[in-house]
Amino acid sequence: MLQEYTIAPDFELYATPDQKLRLSELRDRKVILAFYPADWSPVCGDQMSLYNEMGKYFARHNAQLIGISVDSKWSHMAFAERNRFNFPLLSDFEPKGEVARMYGAYDGKTGECRRVLYIIDEKGIIRWNYISPVGINPGADGILNALEELDNKKSINHEPVNGTHQQP
Amino acid sequence: MELINSHDHSVGPANAPLELVEYGDYECPHCGHAYPIIKEIQQRLGDELRFVFRNFPLARIHPNAFAAAVATEAAALQGKFWEMHDLIFEHQRALDNDNILLLAASLGLDAEQFETDIHKQSLSDKVETDFESGIRSGVNGTPTFFINGKKYEGEWLGSQLLEYLQKELRLEVSAGDE
Repeated sequence: MLQEYTIAPDFELYATPDQKLRLSELRDRKVILAFYPADWSPVCGDQMSLYNEMGKYFARHNAQLIGISVDSKWSHMAFAERNRFNFPLLSDFEPKGEVARMYGAYDGKTGECRRVLYIIDEKGIIRWNYISPVGINPGADGILNALEELDNKKSINHEPVNGTHQQP
Repeated sequence: MELINSHDHSVGPANAPLELVEYGDYECPHCGHAYPIIKEIQQRLGDELRFVFRNFPLARIHPNAFAAAVATEAAALQGKFWEMHDLIFEHQRALDNDNILLLAASLGLDAEQFETDIHKQSLSDKVETDFESGIRSGVNGTPTFFINGKKYEGEWLGSQLLEYLQKELRLEVSAGDE
C-alpha cells in the first residue's frame, strides 16, 4: 500500500473501449480510487453498486470516484451498462494488474485486485488509504469521513506558500 | 448506528430488551426473502422486540425502490406505514407507479391525498435521510441489520437471526438479574 502524503503515481488506462483516462487529468478534483476484485459480483451488496448511489455525496467534496479492476474494457462496459454506473471503471488489463501493483493493490495468488481504497487530493497527493479484509465490502462511511476531514483541514490551515507553511 | 428516534417507524414496545433495525430496499430480492423471516421473528418474540425499518434504496439498480419508499412514507401520513410496507414487499416485482397507486387504493388510502403526498419534497428528504444515516453507520448493502445498535454481521436466512436474537435476549435477561 502507498502511504499517506506520497505522490500518487500517474497512470493511463482504458475507461471505455476506445478512450483512455489519465489520473493527472483529474487534478483540481479529489479522486477516490477503488480497486476491487472483479466485475459481476452477484450480490445486491456489491461495493460498486453502493458507490454508484454516492455521487451526490462525493460531489459535495469535489471528489470523483474511479473503479479499477483487472477485467477487460468489454467486461467493464457490460457491467457498467447492466448496473447503470455513472462513474468510470478502468481496465488494468494489459500488462495485467500493472497499476494495481504500483498501488500495492494486487493479489498475486488470485490474480485480482484487493479491495483497496485511496483518496488523492487536488494536488495529486495520497491523503487516505484503506484495505478491507477479503470478501468484505467496506461500505462508504470511511470514505465520507476522510473527505470531510480533508475539507475541514483545508478550511483551518493556510495553503503552503513557497514550500513553507504559514501559521494562522 | 443512529439511535431510534421519532422519525422512525417502529413496531413493539419502546422499552423492549431487543431492538432490531433493518436498512432495506423494497426492490431488493434479498430484502424480499428477509420479509417473511422478520414477520416470523416478530411473532415469536412478541413484546421482547422492537422492530424498525429504515430505507436504503439502491435506486440505480432498482428503479422503483426510491418511489416505493416514498409511498410507504405517504401511507404513514395516513397512519398505514406498516400496511404499505408489507403490501409492497408482497408485490416487490411489480412496483411501477400504477401498481403503487393500486396498492394504496387496496388499503383504503385517500387516493387524492396519497398522490399529492408522494410528490412532497419532505418525503423524499426523509428517505434520503434514512439512506445517509445508513451510509454513516456502515451499511454496505441490503438488508443490513442492527441489533441493539450494533451491526449484525451473521447470517439471517432460515432461523439463524431468530436464534441469535433469542440468545441475545437470554443474555439481556441474565444481565438484568445480576
